[in-house]
Amino acid sequence: MTEGASGSSAGACFALYDLFATYGALIDAAEYDAWLALFATTCTYHIVPLENHERGLPAGLVYCDSRGMLEDRIHALREANKYNIHTDRHLIGLPRLIGAADDATLVEAPFAVYQTDQEGETRLFATGLYRDRIVVEAGGLKFRDKLVLLDTFAVPSLLATPL
Amino acid sequence: MLTAAIWPRLDYSRVPYRIYHDPEAYQREQERIFRGPTWNFLGLEAEVPNLGDFRTTYVGDTPIIVNRDASGTLHALVNRCAHRGAMVRREMSGNAGEHTCIYHQWCYGLDGRLHSIPFRRGIRGKGGLDPGFDMAAHGLRKLRVASVNGALFGTLSDDVEPLEDYLGAPVVAQLRRLLERPVTILGYNRQRIRANWKLYAENTRDNYHASLLHEFLVTFGLDRSTQVGGVKMDGRHRHNITWAEAESDTAELAQEAYGAARVRSNYLSLREPELVRFRRERADLLNIAITSVFPSAVFVQISNSLAVRQIRPRGIDEVEIFQTMLGYADDPPDLTLHRLRQANLVGPAGLVSMEDGEAIEIAHRASKPDCDSTTVIELGGAGVISDRDYRVTDVPLRGFWSYYAELLGIEPAGAVR
Repeated sequence: MTEGASGSSAGACFALYDLFATYGALIDAAEYDAWLALFATTCTYHIVPLENHERGLPAGLVYCDSRGMLEDRIHALREANKYNIHTDRHLIGLPRLIGAADDATLVEAPFAVYQTDQEGETRLFATGLYRDRIVVEAGGLKFRDKLVLLDTFAVPSLLATPL
Repeated sequence: MLTAAIWPRLDYSRVPYRIYHDPEAYQREQERIFRGPTWNFLGLEAEVPNLGDFRTTYVGDTPIIVNRDASGTLHALVNRCAHRGAMVRREMSGNAGEHTCIYHQWCYGLDGRLHSIPFRRGIRGKGGLDPGFDMAAHGLRKLRVASVNGALFGTLSDDVEPLEDYLGAPVVAQLRRLLERPVTILGYNRQRIRANWKLYAENTRDNYHASLLHEFLVTFGLDRSTQVGGVKMDGRHRHNITWAEAESDTAELAQEAYGAARVRSNYLSLREPELVRFRRERADLLNIAITSVFPSAVFVQISNSLAVRQIRPRGIDEVEIFQTMLGYADDPPDLTLHRLRQANLVGPAGLVSMEDGEAIEIAHRASKPDCDSTTVIELGGAGVISDRDYRVTDVPLRGFWSYYAELLGIEPAGAVR
């Protein structure tokens, strides 16, 4: 990772790009178990409306401060929740290294998510910014903390599938 | 033409789909409900704690500024310049000593009075306003405001009764309970639902759907129809409190009832059960208290998550739900964290409430093409509108329609109230 940051390792850079590309592709394919496997054993996942983040307000739309809570979210999505029937399409911009802390790399990447309904109508659902702490675990890159800063905080309809 | 003849029955147990889709109804609602004799929730006093703090909001479609002036007095002003009708304050929130319209720099005080107009006397004696122009008559229009425990309401009507009379004793008691101590704002969330605003107003009064649409509630015993609970309204039946007591049923009783109704009730388990654990905070046992205030506010306690929702119509076919998440200023850190975790239950991504968005969108979509057909509102019986001490009921919807019809001037002779 740090080698990638200094540009001396194309392989580390590719691993980072691949992590983000895989992240979006797995949500879009509704392969949520494989998606969960991109997170570290100990992890957090928060979706925070930009208006809260800018005002220093802590409430999120999704507030998972443990891996268990994130797994519970996916479990409820599959088993209990009813929501608009749709498919997602993530367009994730190039990740940008913004620093390192302890054993983690801090990365930002912009995203757009389009949703398509059963009749083939597509609309822009959300744009935002991922602000992530990435660690190496079991020989691969994993998300330790994922903060989804949501530009589109007037959420169209509802938010069920992960961003 | 919208007339009393649209109601097939005098107890409002049939509501014509047309009422959700009619442009004439929408215009009349703005005029006779939102700008009429109602009190509309504007925000919490805790959102504008300092001198000069302001927030912008809405009463129906009308943009509003709420601010605290230099003496600490709260004002609510129509956010529209007296000159050319432009929105004066464009920011969501901030702190200011005055409000200046960007268009021609007309400047207003925090009490709404017009302070200054550029080139009022013209330049070199030419142009400007007539010397007789009355500055005092061209301020920002003021709303009357009143509060219950820091929940601020405003009205554009000169005729409406005092706030506490309008709310009625049960609602006032609920607001005092929810806002019993100074609150702190944990954050906001917003949702744009493609449905008429009245479908949302009905949904918050519909006790019947809660444990059927929201399976998450049933499974974890957060809100089951087998709990001790019911609905309680004001004297005019325009507001409603849906309430339930924690742990007032058993899993066995629930499984029996839901099993007989062929509804799944016990198949999920959580890795982090804190998400649904109710920490009792008061002498009473309520873990569900949803207070719907006509026309557009909902004060919500679901377990330990506390919130106020403002229903903002955005035209006939869309509604914004603007929700403010609350805690108490003296909450210890672990309780704040518990509330933030339980905020997962509500809002546009709520494990419980996300489903409301879908439910009312499909109701809006499918009802549109057949405006002469009607809904059926008969759970808990038709006829008289009254409080119930059970949960399988949608009677408060008929109370909503009764008052709606009165305000719109389409109340049939002999209709129930």
